[in-house]
Amino acid sequence: MHTAPQVALLFIVLMNFAVLGTSRLSTCIRAVAVQGLLLGVLALLLAPRFSLHTGVLALGTIVVKAVTLPWFLAWAIREAAVRREVEPLVGFNASLLLGVLAVALAFAIAARLPLPGMQQELLVPVSLATVITGFIVLTARRKALTQVVGYLVLENGIYLFGLTQTESMPFLLELGVLLDLFVVVFIMGIVVFHINREFDSLDSARLDELTD
Amino acid sequence: MRLLAICLLPALGAVFAFALSGRRFGAARVSTLVGIAAVHLVLVATLWLHPAPAAFGGWMGQDALGLIVLSLTSVLFFATALYAVGYLRRERPRGGRVFVGGLLGFLAATSLVALSQHLALLWVGLEATTFTVAPLIFHRHDRRSLEAVWKYLLISSVGIALALLGIFFLATAQSGAAGRPLLLPDLLAHARDLHPAWLRAAFLFLLAGFGTKMGLAPLHTWKPDTYGEAPSLVSGLMAGALTSCAFLGVARITQVTMAAGMAPFVQPVLLGFGLLSLAVAAIFIIGQSDVKRLLAYSSVEHMGLLVLGLGLGGIGAYGTVLHVLNNGLAKAWLFLVAGNVVLATGSSAAAANRGLMRTLPVSGALLVLGLFAITGSPPFGLFQSEFTILRAAVGAGHPWIAAAMLVFLAVIFVGMALLILEMALGDPTPRATRARESWWLLAGPVALATAVLMLGVYIPAPLQHALASAATALGGLAP
Repeated sequence: MHTAPQVALLFIVLMNFAVLGTSRLSTCIRAVAVQGLLLGVLALLLAPRFSLHTGVLALGTIVVKAVTLPWFLAWAIREAAVRREVEPLVGFNASLLLGVLAVALAFAIAARLPLPGMQQELLVPVSLATVITGFIVLTARRKALTQVVGYLVLENGIYLFGLTQTESMPFLLELGVLLDLFVVVFIMGIVVFHINREFDSLDSARLDELTD
Repeated sequence: MRLLAICLLPALGAVFAFALSGRRFGAARVSTLVGIAAVHLVLVATLWLHPAPAAFGGWMGQDALGLIVLSLTSVLFFATALYAVGYLRRERPRGGRVFVGGLLGFLAATSLVALSQHLALLWVGLEATTFTVAPLIFHRHDRRSLEAVWKYLLISSVGIALALLGIFFLATAQSGAAGRPLLLPDLLAHARDLHPAWLRAAFLFLLAGFGTKMGLAPLHTWKPDTYGEAPSLVSGLMAGALTSCAFLGVARITQVTMAAGMAPFVQPVLLGFGLLSLAVAAIFIIGQSDVKRLLAYSSVEHMGLLVLGLGLGGIGAYGTVLHVLNNGLAKAWLFLVAGNVVLATGSSAAAANRGLMRTLPVSGALLVLGLFAITGSPPFGLFQSEFTILRAAVGAGHPWIAAAMLVFLAVIFVGMALLILEMALGDPTPRATRARESWWLLAGPVALATAVLMLGVYIPAPLQHALASAATALGGLAP
């Protein structure tokens, strides 16, 4: 069964590239939802034996990260009437290139950080690559909603790393779910507080009245 | 029990105040705020007289460093609560229950941070501060405050996420060592058994994460906007109490790395962040035209001094702990006075507020005194702590760091003096008249100013003892 987690990890990296390479927000959201699903599956696959805790954890992960948040984001897209990321700060091809560099960097860092007693040597580099991808999206995109997608990718990377800790610290991974509260607040901010109406668009680069 | 009460009481108060909906309960909400602030202060004072035992399997407990930050938070909150009585009379904002509830929730979250002996619990507390403070920043519900709160939420949530990754790394570093996971006393006792590579990674991520919440350069970009747009008393609480709690997070991981014998790795990183923050503050303070943004950059400067002292070690650690108190008190003092100015004229721009000595004589005088206090002039407490950090730099064989620090401090003094003296002494705008100054709005700043002055001339023995033991815990010494 060693190959199944590896395939899942590989797909997580592919989803990173899907987010980096597209201008369509709906594609981004689908990619993030698939990542959430894979994280839930990995929580089951990586557990040494099935317990009620792992079952609940996997199910909770899927409900929050693969269903609720993507649905919420899709709703925000309809409410705010944005479909595409136009004029990103870094182009899509350049972003893909940065994504490749991120994977290389992640492997280089992970080589210096051996995980004690871990059979999945791919897990640390994939988690770091996902974190860096989230960063790239956060800084290279202008739309508030795309930045929220970037934050979700960053969070997925952190959550993935947390999967290594489920045995030593059973509740630690649940802390990662607290980060999802931010996502909810962001989306509520965009929709309820009319960031689009106040600023004419969801372009966070227009949030530049406060400068020195 | 007391430890739990200190965190739970403000949380319950927040729920209660939030439940009091409508204008007719305005007085009840404010009484709740002041009442809980007073009880909190008394409870914290009892911790100094009779230390409380650790609770919840060691997850919560008091140590010297945490107690210092908790006491600072409690004092600042009480002064701010008194100020809020006068403030909410003058400017009745939409949704007063959100404001009072947010303030009390902030007190609960910061108390949790200060009393956590478990790093994951500390993280939860710091995350909660972000949520409680966001509606306070967005208080005016206009375009500028929306921009400020969006920036603040986005940047600090990324910081919080990085800190969580750092905590995961720390748990990984601990996996081969004895002791309960992520509990500070156990981490310190078995620090030498932690996996060095993972510990280094944990330190870097926690420093970046909590450093974002502190507002260390280059992670400070939210600070001027947030402090500039938030109501002044909120800016005061953030600059005084919230940054100190975030600093506590940095101090905790520094404690662990120092105990693991990693000073040669940790110290240069801290020194780098410290000097960069001083430099950025010096550059942006020159030519500022808005007093609240000026104070925000001054906060970047003082955060830089805190990590600089930590990085220098020795008596620098003592100077840093003392500076946490001094900076917190002085920053809240200045922001509350700036709030009086904004209440009088509706603007924090220097151009709209010339001649404060004539229009608002007491606030104007407090602002000028505050200028000298915050820039580290004797006899105020900040002189003591900054001088201790400077002595540490010379003593540790870093004369160029001492020289750079002096240059930056001098530039910052000039920049701040130009703006504040222009506001205090310039010619008032023709329409300006002398405004009435309410005692509710002056009591807090006067009390804080007295405390800063007292710390400059006399430090009580129990506080001296706590400062020394906190400095030792951070791998330094008491002078």
